[in-house]
Amino acid sequence: MVNPRKNRRYQHNKGDLFFKGLALLCAASVPLLMAGILAQLISSSSLSLKEFGFGFLTSQEWNPVTEVFGALSSTFGTIVSTLIAMIIAVPLGLVIAVFLVELAPPKISAFFGGAVELLAAIPSIIYGMWGLFIFAPIMADHVQPFLDKYFGFLPLFQGAKMGIGMLTAGLILALMILPYISSVSRDVFNMVPTVVKEAAYGQGATTWEVTRAVVLRYSLRGIVGAAFLGLGRALGETMAVTFVIGNSHRISASLFASSNSIASTLANEFTEAVEPLYLSSLVELGLVLFLITVGFQSMAQVWLWSIRKKLAD
Amino acid sequence: MHMEKLHIRPLKRRHITDYTVKVISTVGALVGLFFLTWILYEVTLRGLMALNWAFFTELPSPPGVTGGGVANAILGTVIITILAAIMGTPLGILAGVFLAEFGKGSKFSSLVRFMTNILIGVPSIIVGVFVYTLIVAPMKSFSGLAGAVSLAIIMLPVIVRTTEDMLNMVPNSLRESGLALGVSRWQVTLQIVFKAARSGMLTGILLAVARVSGETAPLLFTAMNSSYWLTSLNEPTANLTVTIFNYAMSPYADWQAKAWGASLLIMAAVLALNIFARLVTRKKVT
Amino acid sequence: MNAITQKIPGDSRISSRIHVPDSGMIPSGGAAGVMIKVKNLNFYYGKEQVLFDNNLDIKKNHITAIIGPSGCGKSTHIRTYNRIHELYRDQHATGEIIMGGRNIISAAVDPVDLRRRVGMIFQKPSPFPMSVFDNVAYGLKINYKLKKGELAYRVEQALQRAALWEEVKDKLNEPGSALSGGQQQRLCIARSIAIEPEVLLMDEPASAIDPIATAKIEELMLELKSKYTIVIVTHAMQQAARVSDYTAFFYRGVIVEYGDTKQVFTNPKEKRTEDYITGRFG
Repeated sequence: MVNPRKNRRYQHNKGDLFFKGLALLCAASVPLLMAGILAQLISSSSLSLKEFGFGFLTSQEWNPVTEVFGALSSTFGTIVSTLIAMIIAVPLGLVIAVFLVELAPPKISAFFGGAVELLAAIPSIIYGMWGLFIFAPIMADHVQPFLDKYFGFLPLFQGAKMGIGMLTAGLILALMILPYISSVSRDVFNMVPTVVKEAAYGQGATTWEVTRAVVLRYSLRGIVGAAFLGLGRALGETMAVTFVIGNSHRISASLFASSNSIASTLANEFTEAVEPLYLSSLVELGLVLFLITVGFQSMAQVWLWSIRKKLAD
Repeated sequence: MHMEKLHIRPLKRRHITDYTVKVISTVGALVGLFFLTWILYEVTLRGLMALNWAFFTELPSPPGVTGGGVANAILGTVIITILAAIMGTPLGILAGVFLAEFGKGSKFSSLVRFMTNILIGVPSIIVGVFVYTLIVAPMKSFSGLAGAVSLAIIMLPVIVRTTEDMLNMVPNSLRESGLALGVSRWQVTLQIVFKAARSGMLTGILLAVARVSGETAPLLFTAMNSSYWLTSLNEPTANLTVTIFNYAMSPYADWQAKAWGASLLIMAAVLALNIFARLVTRKKVT
Repeated sequence: MNAITQKIPGDSRISSRIHVPDSGMIPSGGAAGVMIKVKNLNFYYGKEQVLFDNNLDIKKNHITAIIGPSGCGKSTHIRTYNRIHELYRDQHATGEIIMGGRNIISAAVDPVDLRRRVGMIFQKPSPFPMSVFDNVAYGLKINYKLKKGELAYRVEQALQRAALWEEVKDKLNEPGSALSGGQQQRLCIARSIAIEPEVLLMDEPASAIDPIATAKIEELMLELKSKYTIVIVTHAMQQAARVSDYTAFFYRGVIVEYGDTKQVFTNPKEKRTEDYITGRFG
């Protein structure tokens, strides 16, 4: 069979050569851009890199007045808020996907499914607005006192109940990635061959037994891929977090306490940073976030690629 | 060894487990739906209360003064988004064309594909930092142009990926028949393949535009914000999302109300673009 | 194209080429007990009716073949025997299917319990995403309380009865999907018979596998019928003729003819049956 995509015979004329060259240049722009981002972040953070070295990563200090900067509290906040979001959004997203695929009647499933996809498209700043004005007061008045009353013996749930803080940020982040995780999981569940599901029902399995033995098992790798991608999103999310995390450079055992994330620090302080070292430290913070997310995204890509390869075999 | 008699597991217990899981799953879905409807409801309600004629037509009032509007920010968001689309779309489409039409199986295209997926996952605020160091710092000014460049960078990988996916769905026979007529390769791509993949590509572009039009983080330190009408793309440019951020964080009730109005506007626009984009492909399928 | 699944060309003389084995395979109809009695079965996809007043007696420990052109409702018919159609909300059946004295399509019968008693083999081999051993053990584990040794013993027995043991005994921990298509289908048969059903439904079990594997499965069916009642849907008439004792010919949702396989193939009562088996249509 002739594959015209590979057939070079047709590419001799000048128009074709030009067209192909132009397309190649455009394609090259993507890796160039990635390299450019990395290079630019490194060169613009050179002051800070020189001043603080590796200590930047391990220092909690963030003081624009004395110009001593460290990434630890922001990195800690990024990771903890993401963890809270993942702990809530992954199981809930899976549960919603099970509902959509295995339980809901087709019409309800289609409606819900469409709604979930639209919700995944809502800009994150909307979640931030809702979090700050609607959800944070409810956290302060009801949720935090409740947690304090029943789980207050844990250091996690102690301290001032201000509504904003790490826990609220994690919850908003969870809500934000929830539609995303459920819609990807739903797609993965829908890829389970019907005949295998029917065969499991045919063995006398209940819906839950089929879901556990067949659907979840089939989808495991896809779900891990979806979770990785959701994780990448949560790590870099700016607006949903900045509104409600409280923005303080502190590492606290309490989830009620104000804290910050890399993205929220950048959003709040970047335009205020006048001193070159301050600005350079902020850029280095960005570099840290860039490396973390690229690391996770690469792992997710390699993982998804290995699934596709396995499926192709 | 011989077969022992089989003892059936009590069906009742299995059904109870099954039922419990079904209840949990349904409740989970309802909880998710509840929160998400709550968000939509609050934004719509509070947003509608802030909308009036002045909101769409007037410039912002000074801090603490009631009244005025966000007309300049609406215009700014539209201009920045269109500009971003003008920059990002052709680049993205051509890169997608390369991957689908010329780059099958080559190492270079695998690299481009991999990087495209990674770039989609790069936090938008990092793109903002990058453009700041690339454009804003050397030009010593925040600018609408820098904002548009940020959004274009965010659009680019999304368009590359959808273009490649859509072109891959065009059957090879169509290319073959075009080439067999003696039409050159670039004409086959632009005139035949594009035509076949048109609606899918349009959907991809619309979804990418929808995505960037609601972005805030990459504009914070590129376009920044402004209280005035746009006169040049080389100066700070008002836009809706940064306005929401600034107004929401302000102590003034009137500004906070306007932040809700702007939130409703941007949410409605993004959702409308999404629905429209999906309708475009649905028409194609039926 | 292979000889077994090949459609019969439009030639009336062809009917003589369909070989119906004689030797003791076709028992006298009256002697056999009735396992499943289908009475006035109607079936609907949404509002569209696809089965019309089906009446059929499935005889115990025999093989009943259901033949007919594609889209005639043969699969739909047997999918009511284990109510697998209920997974789809727009499908429903009315009428009676009596098994063990009860109408199994009534709400009073638990479909989960029913499916343990009525096993099903599908057109496409459908191993579960687990090891060969677990594929067979799964149905046993969910349906029965078993000691570990007993479980392993029953898995081996099922694989042996499905004539697969020798081929997989060293691969029990490999994924079921790693087996060949024919082996996968026998794995599905082993999986079904492991839970000791009373009836085995086979929905075109050989249409997706090669002729040699098909021959093995047909051989297996003949061995299994001493223990189970088998209903097979097939579009390959030679297959029906080779393995079945009784044959039902379906056309557009109606049972046109039902009787001894030999009689149906050599001396059909109905014109439409004759047209179909001689290849005038379908």
